[in-house]
Amino acid sequence: MSLVGIGFILVGLFFVLVAAIGVVRLPDVYTRSHAVGLTDSVGAFFLLLGLALYQGLSTNLVKILVVLVLLYLLNPVITHATVRAALRSGLKPWSKEKP
Amino acid sequence: MTEMKVLFFLFVLSALAALIGVYLYRVIRGPTVFDRVLGLNGISTKAIILLVVIGTVYGRVDMFVDISTGYALLNLVAALAIAKYLEERGSA
Repeated sequence: MSLVGIGFILVGLFFVLVAAIGVVRLPDVYTRSHAVGLTDSVGAFFLLLGLALYQGLSTNLVKILVVLVLLYLLNPVITHATVRAALRSGLKPWSKEKP
Repeated sequence: MTEMKVLFFLFVLSALAALIGVYLYRVIRGPTVFDRVLGLNGISTKAIILLVVIGTVYGRVDMFVDISTGYALLNLVAALAIAKYLEERGSA
C-alpha cells in the first residue's frame, strides 16, 4: 500500500511541476488561471491521495481525505472568483496581434 | 520508517519548497493584482501539502492535518474577500 502511495506522490509532483511552468510561461491572467485552477488541483489531488494511501488503514487516512476533498472543492472556487473579478473590472484577454 | 523513505520525503519537501519560489516570482513580478492573487493561491496550496508531508516525516500526521485544514479554510476566506473587493472596486 505504501508503494502505491509513493507512485501517486510521484505522479502528483509531475502535475505540480507542470502547473508551476505554466504559471511562469503563460502570457495572461486568464491563461494562467488554467495552470493554477486545473493542473494544480489535479497535482494536489494525486499528492494528497498518495500521502493518504501511505498512512495505511487508520484515522489519518480519513483525515487526509477530508483535506483532499476540501482542497479540490475550494481551489477552483477561488480561481473562478479571481478571474470573474478580473473580467468584471475590464481586463482585456490576451491576443496575438497587439492593438 | 526506513532511511530510503526519509530521503524520499525530504526530496518531496525540497521540490515543493522550490515550487513555492517559482510562484513567488509570479507574485512579485505579476503585471496586475489578479496575477498576485492567483500566485498566492498557488503558494497556499503548496503550503497545505507541505504541512501534510512534514507530518508524515515526523510521524505526527494527526496533528499536522488539522493545521492544514484550518489553513485551507483561512485561505478560502481571504482569497474570496480580496476577489470580492477587487470586483466591487471596478478598474483593474
